[in-house]
Amino acid sequence: MSTPTTQQDTKTPQAQGQTSRAPAPQKKAPAHRGLMIGAGLESGWEALWANRLRSLLTVLGVIVGVAAVIAVVTLTQGTSELLNSRLTGLGTNVLTITPGSTTTGGAAGGLGTRQSLTQDDATAVASVPNITGVTPVITVSAQVIAAGQNWNTRVQGVTPAMQQIQNWDMAQGAWFSDADNTEGTPVAVIGQTVVDNLFTAAATQPLGQMITIRSQPFRVVGVLKAKGSSGLGNQDDVIYVPFTVAQTRLNNSQYVNQILAQVNDANNVDGAQTAITTLLEQRHNIPAGGQDDFQVRSSTQFVQTAQQFSTTLTLLLVGIAAISLLVGGIGIMNIMLVSVTERTREIGVRMAIGARRSDIRNQFLIEALTLSCAGGIIGILIGLIGGWALTNAFSLPFIASLPWIALAFGVAALIGVIFGFYPAIRASQLDPIVALRTE
Amino acid sequence: MSSPSHSSAPPEVQNGRNVYDGQATPLDAKQTRAPGVQPVIAVRQLTKYYILGQTRVPALRGVTFAVNAGEFVAVMGASGSGKSTLMNLIGCLDKPSGGEYWLAGTPVSTLTSDQLADIRNRRIGFVFQGFNLLSRASALKNVALPMMYAGLSPAERERRARRALELVGLASRASHTPLQLSGGQQQRVAIARALVNRPALLLADEPTGNLDSRTSLEIMAVLQTLNQHGITILLVTHEADIAAYAKRQITFRDGRVLSDERNGAPRDATADLLRVRQRSDEPAPQRQARIQEEPV
Repeated sequence: MSTPTTQQDTKTPQAQGQTSRAPAPQKKAPAHRGLMIGAGLESGWEALWANRLRSLLTVLGVIVGVAAVIAVVTLTQGTSELLNSRLTGLGTNVLTITPGSTTTGGAAGGLGTRQSLTQDDATAVASVPNITGVTPVITVSAQVIAAGQNWNTRVQGVTPAMQQIQNWDMAQGAWFSDADNTEGTPVAVIGQTVVDNLFTAAATQPLGQMITIRSQPFRVVGVLKAKGSSGLGNQDDVIYVPFTVAQTRLNNSQYVNQILAQVNDANNVDGAQTAITTLLEQRHNIPAGGQDDFQVRSSTQFVQTAQQFSTTLTLLLVGIAAISLLVGGIGIMNIMLVSVTERTREIGVRMAIGARRSDIRNQFLIEALTLSCAGGIIGILIGLIGGWALTNAFSLPFIASLPWIALAFGVAALIGVIFGFYPAIRASQLDPIVALRTE
Repeated sequence: MSSPSHSSAPPEVQNGRNVYDGQATPLDAKQTRAPGVQPVIAVRQLTKYYILGQTRVPALRGVTFAVNAGEFVAVMGASGSGKSTLMNLIGCLDKPSGGEYWLAGTPVSTLTSDQLADIRNRRIGFVFQGFNLLSRASALKNVALPMMYAGLSPAERERRARRALELVGLASRASHTPLQLSGGQQQRVAIARALVNRPALLLADEPTGNLDSRTSLEIMAVLQTLNQHGITILLVTHEADIAAYAKRQITFRDGRVLSDERNGAPRDATADLLRVRQRSDEPAPQRQARIQEEPV
């Protein structure tokens, strides 16, 4: 049996002093254990790389979710950027008055289907305080012929005030005069796109040339400076003719499509809007509380409407993305649980050679994190490519939103931590003896 | 019956060279001068019960013995004798139900799970029957793994891992993965991994169980050489011819120590290996391991 002499030793081990061959005090903390992130990254990466296809399929949910968010955000940001630039181009502090909707047998038609605004309304609006310019607008779509070329474009009958309201600069010639408008001279001011399509091919100077709109001859007196093509409808694809000419020769009607009114200062827009509404209600004999047969909107309201739309779209797709991310997270949890089961023996070995429970937990957490972050990065790249393709297709400006990219990546990483936590805890709670015995 | 005598300190240690990195350390010199003053393992009335449903199944029923520095002890016994339970307790993988256990002067029975992990990391080197290497990692990375948990710098890890592979004669195989190594080579990588944190004790659980007799001899030769360099080894085996290479044999039966005997003339594995090689006239020392079904 065992010896009595060594028993003496074991009873007072410290009294004998440290003389065995590795006498480091066991409670001393090791030099720099830390969280072993580097080591965890390495082993995590190795494990994921060994199961490449499985890893890719696992993070597909995260990839789809992140890509959807990034693509949608890119698209909506491009849209709102475009709207902002368009509205600046349309002129600031402009009130747009459109006819209301028709109601035929209880079925309401769309906005502007009703014919309720007249040139007299426009004249009356001009007398409202703080209004610096007013024009009635008649819009027709017409085939235009000149120099052997033809082109379908938007022809608008307006007063000369239009130039100031929409901030048009002239490239050549001048806007038609008030006299042209009152006398009904058949002249036209044409946009750059129209010049490109009617005159550039024939290499003729547009100024002074005759063009034919709905069989009526018009002389070109001015060419507009390009505002730049910015998708969804080209501002330069337009021809302006005097209002009276449009009314008599192009669109034989006393009604107008809309009235534009410019307010002198941004602070007076709301007041002018109310004043115009009251004025037109009086002119149209609409009783108090009755439904107006017109609408007055400011450019800010256009922006708000557009932004509401894009916010709704964003929320909808972010919701879809959230579901996708949730599914992706569950996928990660599933595969991590499989991984823990597969590597039970490895966990036992690591514990036997000195891994603490926290080391095992961190290893699997980092593995899940690596998985979800890789998915996040792939998703961001795909989302940016998709967003770029979408904005390109709609001729929108492409804007990569850094806060959204950071947010998407953060959410992906968070999903790794949340859904990786349970498998990691399970791994760390394994009994080393049982784990070592597992085949 | 015999008491481990202090004169059994291996002469190789007395030159004061540290076997792990070939550097002289005052620590080893001191140990050589006063060997065995403090045992590497000291257990007293160690008991372990397993709860199976309503019944308490005793696996160890009060075991007392001590192992001094520089000893090479074979723990023997049939299946169910309690030697695996003892192995788990000595290896700090499990906690005893009763009794005391000092590992190199540290009362281990009271430590927390994290402290036990640190003890396993730095005071104990494990060698398993099934090698238990990480299959994806190279030999070098496998050997370096315990040092990662010890918090050593990557450069230091690589240096010491290479040194440990040299020690077991596998320096040229550092970049091989376990699948590219024979069974004997894998076990030597495992031994290098066990040694790399300079443990007080090398704990080998049936290290030759998965190997053919020739490769088993090679592994025993490695263990004997390490022991001659001053490393304390506790070898668990059920094979008497493997235990014959140890200096001391403790036999278990029914959870108790049946016998504790000094082996006056342990077999010399290196000499046996040489004989086998001469007989078969083979120059190549390695042969693929024959994986056997292990008795549970």
